[in-house]
Amino acid sequence: MSNTVIIDPVTRIEGHAKIALQLDEKGKVDTARFSVTEFRGFEEFCRGRPVWEMPSLTARTCGICPVSHLLASAKAGDGIMGVRIPSTAVKLRRLVNLGQIIQSHALSFFHLSSPDLLLGWDADPAIRNVFGLMAEEPELARRGIRLRGFGQSVIEAIAGRKVHSPGIVPGGIADPMTAETREWMLSGLTEAKQTAEEALELFISMLGKFEREARAFGTFPSLHLGLANDAGTWENYDGHLRFVDAEGNVAADNIDVADYRDYIGEAPRHDSYLKSPYFKPLVEDSDDVFKGVYRVGPLARLNVCKTMGSPLADEALTAYREAAGGTANSSFFYHYARLIEILASTELARELLNDDAILNPMVRATAGINHFRAVGTSEAPRGTLFHEYQVDARGLLEDVNMIIATGQNNLAMNETVLQIAREWVDGNDIPEPVLNRVEAGIRAFDPCLSCSTHAVGKMPMEVSMFDHEGTKVNEVRRG
Amino acid sequence: MRDTRPTVNISFDGVDYEGYVGESVLECARRNGVTIPSLCFLEGLSVWGGCRICVVEVAEGHRLRPACATQVTPDMEIKIETPRLRAYRKSVLELLFAEGNHVCAVCVSNGKCELQDMAVFSGMDHVRYDYQAPRREVDASHPKYVFDPNRCILCTRCVRVCDEIEGAHVWDISYRGEHAELITEMNRPWGDSLSCTWCGKCVAVCPTGSLAYEGRSIGEMEHDPVMIKRLAVARSRGEWLDPEGAI
Repeated sequence: MSNTVIIDPVTRIEGHAKIALQLDEKGKVDTARFSVTEFRGFEEFCRGRPVWEMPSLTARTCGICPVSHLLASAKAGDGIMGVRIPSTAVKLRRLVNLGQIIQSHALSFFHLSSPDLLLGWDADPAIRNVFGLMAEEPELARRGIRLRGFGQSVIEAIAGRKVHSPGIVPGGIADPMTAETREWMLSGLTEAKQTAEEALELFISMLGKFEREARAFGTFPSLHLGLANDAGTWENYDGHLRFVDAEGNVAADNIDVADYRDYIGEAPRHDSYLKSPYFKPLVEDSDDVFKGVYRVGPLARLNVCKTMGSPLADEALTAYREAAGGTANSSFFYHYARLIEILASTELARELLNDDAILNPMVRATAGINHFRAVGTSEAPRGTLFHEYQVDARGLLEDVNMIIATGQNNLAMNETVLQIAREWVDGNDIPEPVLNRVEAGIRAFDPCLSCSTHAVGKMPMEVSMFDHEGTKVNEVRRG
Repeated sequence: MRDTRPTVNISFDGVDYEGYVGESVLECARRNGVTIPSLCFLEGLSVWGGCRICVVEVAEGHRLRPACATQVTPDMEIKIETPRLRAYRKSVLELLFAEGNHVCAVCVSNGKCELQDMAVFSGMDHVRYDYQAPRREVDASHPKYVFDPNRCILCTRCVRVCDEIEGAHVWDISYRGEHAELITEMNRPWGDSLSCTWCGKCVAVCPTGSLAYEGRSIGEMEHDPVMIKRLAVARSRGEWLDPEGAI
């Protein structure tokens, strides 16, 4: 008898995703499907709007990583205008992205994931959340919250607001930085770096406990995509696209972001509003897109770069690669990579701020409409983000395509859910810790839907089991 | 120079003031530092009385009257802040918001918008009417300016300033009732207009983000409605007011 298990967190809070597990006759997991049931239609209602409005319009896609959309959109706007923006604007945009990586990664690690890691997968769900963490590890929780607050304040200081900032615009940045802001930021970086180092130490000390999770939380060969530069250092704002394989060999390099469609295909699915992007050159048959599975985000970025480009983060990267056995292919290592990126961000932010050019008042280029099409990218905390715009001669949008990081991890998240389910689900029984591990497997990717369904540290779930004739044989609810 | 016009005694919300014969209720209130909210009215332009935000109650009649288009009369008892008027203003604003596509979050005039300010002032925190969500195309054909009809509230400030101050009469209202819309010349794209002088007065007086400078992003619009008073005074009296005096 084959069964289907539906884990459906679509109910009750935001209605974003569901997971379906297909069991075979022996009750072992055969296949897994991760689906997003939310439809938003940004690409439709952006049509007809002026390109100058696009950063603020598309930033509304997300309240956690709006800076990523602002940057990708503003860069697409730069391309439509055909301008080379002032070098100080580039520095400020880089700095605001570092602030964003710090705050978003801090949220993912401290608020969302550390309750599992520190309190245990089997801990009572009532305390396995950020409040439980505050009770158990008050200093760590406090520092994590302050770290996120610092990242948010960096964004506010440069771009005018913590969330959906108005200051990142086509052509550069709206306002130059003041000397007072620079001083404030430099003083705040000391604690931020210390917190990042301590969190990294803590995670490394716990790594031994999670041998099974590291093995079963989506450990599989895949390609990895990220922005790259000629120096081989960790890139998060500019450069070209690079794919590396599971052994770290370069699969495709020096790809102009404008040519992303030559390498990335998007397979629509009948059961999800989230398309499944794949690496085109490896896929001949559209029914077998998994051959082109690739991952984006911290894990992929650390596989794509040679060095982090900052001393402490480079030391951490060496230890990370030893622990991962070279190229990291376990999705559990997303957490580890995320912490190294926070550390690198604090170091690189200091480097940018120590350069007096950061105070240069020339931060914005102006121009009319000079190109009909442009592609903008940025490395969002969750991975490479693409905005492609087609405009008319007046700068009104005719066509929009956005490829979001979470979407690019879609195939990999499916595989991760499948591995976890195979490791822990046995028969018709689905105990809470198993639900939590399935959820945590997805959470390792820090997908956008985690922010809306994890406000109190627990994803609402509805798990239903069906036999091969479609009859419900079991149901588990929580949340 | 002392004003020698004959005066009348009036009251705003029970407080006595002196008004000039021939003066509107709105002018009288502003001269005396009394707030009557308004939208379509702009000093230096003719009175249109279309937005109905400035309506007041007058003791001798039940009918609400637009303060901008009602002259003061002897012993006039004017009420501004009554529950009825507050509810009425809110309704008018809600209808304005429901009629167009006003999305403050992505608007060039966010934070500098008279419609937005009026909503805050009036305590309008939600809209009870169905949003009409009309499909209106942005006109970005002008080399310097952009017209977004989604944000237009048909206050006709642009129509009046272009006709009365600039003398070009590029703007006008076409169609009627709920189909009424702002047009340039004979309903041609703004960029194709032969009469537009690119002076930008229409953009300066627009109370919302409907008329804006090209290339501006969220919240970057700067309007200058006081400019019109300066121009009007310069023409009628042959003297330039300093910006402080004009305000």
